[in-house]
Amino acid sequence: MVTLDEARAVAAAVPDPELPLVTLGDLGILRDVRRRADGGLEVVITPTYSGCPAMDVIRDDLRRALPGVTVTTVLAPPWTTDWITDEGRAKLLEHGISPPARRTGPVPVTLGVRCPRCRSPRTRLVSGYGSTACKAMYACSDCLEPFDHVKEI
Amino acid sequence: MIDPLEIGDDCLVLAQRLAGWITRAPTLEEDVALANLSLDLLGQARALLSRAGDEDRLAYLRDPAEFRNCLLVEQPNGDFAATVVRHLLYTGFLYELYAAHPEDEVAAKGVKELAYHRDYARIWAVRLGRGTEESRRRTTAALGALWPYTGELFETEPDLREPWDTFVGGVLREAELAVPRVPPAPATRWTGGRRGRHSEHLAPLLAELQELHRAHEGARW
Repeated sequence: MVTLDEARAVAAAVPDPELPLVTLGDLGILRDVRRRADGGLEVVITPTYSGCPAMDVIRDDLRRALPGVTVTTVLAPPWTTDWITDEGRAKLLEHGISPPARRTGPVPVTLGVRCPRCRSPRTRLVSGYGSTACKAMYACSDCLEPFDHVKEI
Repeated sequence: MIDPLEIGDDCLVLAQRLAGWITRAPTLEEDVALANLSLDLLGQARALLSRAGDEDRLAYLRDPAEFRNCLLVEQPNGDFAATVVRHLLYTGFLYELYAAHPEDEVAAKGVKELAYHRDYARIWAVRLGRGTEESRRRTTAALGALWPYTGELFETEPDLREPWDTFVGGVLREAELAVPRVPPAPATRWTGGRRGRHSEHLAPLLAELQELHRAHEGARW
């Protein structure tokens, strides 16, 4: 029988369907892996945004990775970009997506968004929404590259 | 407590309205943004309606008079200015409602999303209000047409009036737009959605939303 640690590693390594360069573990949407009363596995996930259309695919992917698993979805506590791991942030940056700033403290501080390509701090917001709800569109004023930024939530 | 049917219906109807912009928005960026706003509200609607009963039955098999959404959200998209003004007025309200209920898990999650919705509407209201003569004219017209529907929001949530006035008032000042003076009309014209008495705009919206499910019950993509 697969141990909880093994199951956790398998679930955490499932790629996100919309941002396949990061995993469920990297994004912090995998909340728990535990035993059901009957001894089977239960995986608990939370959506990034209320309307995240990837949830059905994520559930299917988890069932394929861990046959027989029960997938439970919870809304509380609400997901925050602070749960994206350092490794997840590094992968985003490596793929040209600007990672979110950490929202430490009760008041969110808007920090400058740096261009993931040339690291210039001279960037401008093009639109508050991008190809997914969790991203905003920016453009770099130095290298002129347009890029996605995972917005702080 | 957040009424799951009233607010769930608000979210569902506004999500459907916003989805009507897809492929028709003024620019590709706004097309994408409006679709994302719609999706957030649809997610909140599903969570709230599931609390009130079976989400599919509630969304697809009720007649207009059974819907409890406010009249503001069912008003047509109009031009882009009207959509921005409607979003400013409504999400200004929904943000305060969610913020007042941190114990509710849909609200606790939704308030973070609504902060971005409110900001989207604010930025555009300011841009349109201080933009060209034409954008200002259209935004002023939209404010005049939609403002009377806001009274209904506070019939059930009187405590939210003050924070809403502060926020919306601040945006209008920034946009150099005046709070419209609305001529008195029969009170029934501007309210009634929460009791199932809707404007003529809801039935066609629901017909489009429900058509597939009613023709092929249980159909799935």
